[in-house]
Amino acid sequence: MSAAQVLLEMRSITKTFPGVTALAEVNLVVRESEIHAICGENGAGKSTLMKVLSGVYPHGAYSGEILYRGEEVRFGDIRASEHAGIVIIHQELALVPDMSITENVFLGNEPRKRGAIDWKSAQRRVLELMEQVGLKEDPDTLIKDIGVGKQQLVEIAKAFAKDVKLLILDEPTAALNEDDSRHLLDLLCEFKRQGITSIIISHKLNEIEAVADSITILRDGRTIETLDVRAGGVNEDRIVRGMVGRELSSRFPEHTPDISEVFFEVRDWTVRHPISTERLVCKGSSFTVRRGEIVGFAGLMGAGRTELAMSLFGRSYGVWQGGHIYLNGEEIQLKSVSDAIRHGLAYVSEDRKAIGLNLLDDIKTSIVAAKPAKVARYGVIDEAAKHRVAEEYRRDLRIKTPTVDEGVAKLSGGNQQKVVLAKWMFTDPDLLILDEPTRGIDVGAKFEIYGIIQRLAAQGKGVVVISSELPELIGLCDRIYTVFEGAITGEVARAEADPELLMKQMTTTKKTPVS
Amino acid sequence: MSGYQDLKKNFFGGTTSISRQFGMIFTLVAIILLFQVLTNGLTLTSGNLIAVVSQYSYILILAIGMLMVIVAGHIDLSVGSVAAFTGIVVAKAMQNYDLPWPAAILLGLAVGAVIGAWQGFWVAYIGVPAFIVTLAGMLVFRGGNQFIGNADTVPIPGGFRTIGAGYLPEFGLSTGYNNPTLLLGAIACAAVVWREWRARSTRQEMGARPVPLWISGVRLVVMVGVIVFATLRFAGGRVGTSLPVSGIILIVLVLAYSFYTRNTVGGRRIYAVGGNARAAELSGVKLKRVNFFVMMNMSVLAALAGMIFVARSAASGPQDGLSWELDAIAAVFIGGAAVSGGLGTISGSIVGGLVMALLNNGLQLMGVGVDLVQIIKGLVLLLAVALDVYNKSQGHFSVIGSLTRPFRRQETASAAARTAPHGESSKAPAVG
Repeated sequence: MSAAQVLLEMRSITKTFPGVTALAEVNLVVRESEIHAICGENGAGKSTLMKVLSGVYPHGAYSGEILYRGEEVRFGDIRASEHAGIVIIHQELALVPDMSITENVFLGNEPRKRGAIDWKSAQRRVLELMEQVGLKEDPDTLIKDIGVGKQQLVEIAKAFAKDVKLLILDEPTAALNEDDSRHLLDLLCEFKRQGITSIIISHKLNEIEAVADSITILRDGRTIETLDVRAGGVNEDRIVRGMVGRELSSRFPEHTPDISEVFFEVRDWTVRHPISTERLVCKGSSFTVRRGEIVGFAGLMGAGRTELAMSLFGRSYGVWQGGHIYLNGEEIQLKSVSDAIRHGLAYVSEDRKAIGLNLLDDIKTSIVAAKPAKVARYGVIDEAAKHRVAEEYRRDLRIKTPTVDEGVAKLSGGNQQKVVLAKWMFTDPDLLILDEPTRGIDVGAKFEIYGIIQRLAAQGKGVVVISSELPELIGLCDRIYTVFEGAITGEVARAEADPELLMKQMTTTKKTPVS
Repeated sequence: MSGYQDLKKNFFGGTTSISRQFGMIFTLVAIILLFQVLTNGLTLTSGNLIAVVSQYSYILILAIGMLMVIVAGHIDLSVGSVAAFTGIVVAKAMQNYDLPWPAAILLGLAVGAVIGAWQGFWVAYIGVPAFIVTLAGMLVFRGGNQFIGNADTVPIPGGFRTIGAGYLPEFGLSTGYNNPTLLLGAIACAAVVWREWRARSTRQEMGARPVPLWISGVRLVVMVGVIVFATLRFAGGRVGTSLPVSGIILIVLVLAYSFYTRNTVGGRRIYAVGGNARAAELSGVKLKRVNFFVMMNMSVLAALAGMIFVARSAASGPQDGLSWELDAIAAVFIGGAAVSGGLGTISGSIVGGLVMALLNNGLQLMGVGVDLVQIIKGLVLLLAVALDVYNKSQGHFSVIGSLTRPFRRQETASAAARTAPHGESSKAPAVG
């Protein structure tokens, strides 16, 4: 079984940035036609290692050697590594939204005939490539018009166009729903049969457990161990132990809910799509939140959960069509974000970098950004008060930073998420809507975020959690609504929640009786 | 921990674009010293300094407004035309309707506000890019100026000229200096000392370690020294001259707008919008209001600048304010503002504007022709911004960065490594 030949060997790779060692003597052995997972917490050095491999950090910028198909290689740039058949697909997809699938697949690699782009052969070839990755779509469709799952497939087709031997995927399923994720993972297994080797970096340990043949675990820039999954005995807990260096007894903190009366209610909420206004993104949704309750919203990507949340939050999304919001039994109108904030709503966005934070700001400014008036007198900001507030949250939420004067751009994902949470906790909301609060965050930070959410609920606030990870919802929430195609299709209490039931309701329009 | 880095921060305060401002202050000093030598001491004479202030104050006033526009992520190309339009309206009103000059000033500001509201409406509420709106405004109001003035020059009566060509009155003891200017200098010194003391106590209140006492001392000595020197120069010119009235207007505006942009909720919202408009909106900032305000404010300041200019030249003409927008934009970018918005300071823009002004002035004193002056100014702008962009994109290759990075604390450094190189290159400037 392990007779498979070694395709790639990275030997004692050390990469230092001035003042800090990102990788120290890291070793990685990848065999032919296997799926090799690299695990580690954020900042463990996974991405840096892949950048060394793909030539983003050219030969000479690191020490150690890379053996590829038995020979030492020295890549000067990405082009060189791609030429050798090593293609990396980054977490942030490198596609041009206003170009067609065909154009994107051949971007930078256009088939040419006498100096001009040979569109004819491009169009022929793109069909083959799309077939190969299982993408059914008109090749002239613009990237912005297809879902993120299909975009991921376009990226892979693009890699295939470069004649890939070793495919590196950095968090390929982070933005995908369970369906698309499963499709992608099936695809990787299919590639394996075709003899293509994959390296996959992921935080989703259940996926890794399911598809990986071997797992290399990095921690603090060092190789901790390489696990052979085929030999058996590897499960999520085993991986987590390697990643964090200790046993995480439970993935969710202990918590006894203390739930009282319904204080927030939405009835018949209907919203149209902002551009194609004939489309309804929320179809008469109704739900309630009780004080001290954590309410989950489960659904596939594009089901309309974010749209529902954002349209409730001061009509920040879409065109409001109808519906009512009741707070403590009285109907309220939330026509702008400031209305929503004034009435005690907070919305923590799923995309903290694009719409959650101003990456130019420092931590303390970010924390007071949603309610600066609270640290100001007559419109003049009291710097000392701002600093004091930020310090409190830094200690309270354990934001890892030397000072609150540090820029938020420098924080890791988990700590950025804590800053965004602090920003909204500072507005002292009664209802927090958290959209994918743990996306792209490592296991340790997730655990802490769960703790914060439970503390907020214990203070008598209502918390709405939107998540694409079912285990997270089941572990955290007291009650879960399922959403499909803009409609709420079910409501499940904690005791009855199991992944299969939820998945069934997430994929059907039929409303199941309320339990 | 870090020596040099902290020193720099301590001396220049902790704002984000310190790196470039730091460089620009030295460039400014270097330019002054260079021309002082090349012109055999002409640059720092009383007469020349007074001339520089009255000649460039209106560009610096524009730079204040432009800084806010650029921080919010827009641009305003119409300021020169708006200034010229306001100038002719005010001149005509005084000539044809005998409007008293204080009323004329109010009229001018009102004209600026109306024009600003017009442009702000298109930018904020309709969503036309400011580049287009103000390009249109540039044509419309230039044409408007020539339409109203018949493409001719209209003289300005005496009283109005004070704001452009006036000086502080002489009073009190005969000291051989202009007494009001001396008084202003004394107030400035006291203010600087008070501010330093306040800053120290604020830091203590925050529980942060205040700057070492000797640094405060050195900073105070340098600043008081500069103020005393400037006061004596401005007060010691030809009898009847002093710090120009336009200079006083400028100083008041700089102080007021610096405070506004640094310390008030409204001012910081401009930065929030420029840094990430969507995030600001979802934090409850009313985008439209902020955009409307910065555009309107710019036109009001342009109107003021236009009036000061016509007051100085005693007439309003069809060529007034030509290419002022470019000088103002250049000042803002030389002063450290980011092209993508979200970064920049009023003080930086003023320093940037002074660099341009003194460069202009020094070259003119040397008798260099307008042609060469333009070439040199263009290259200075390009180099100043290019150097900064290069430093940011190369991160570790920057001279300052390579000097300071190894001394940084471990936590900071490892956090930086995580985001490197993307995080550092794109959005995390100034630390290096």
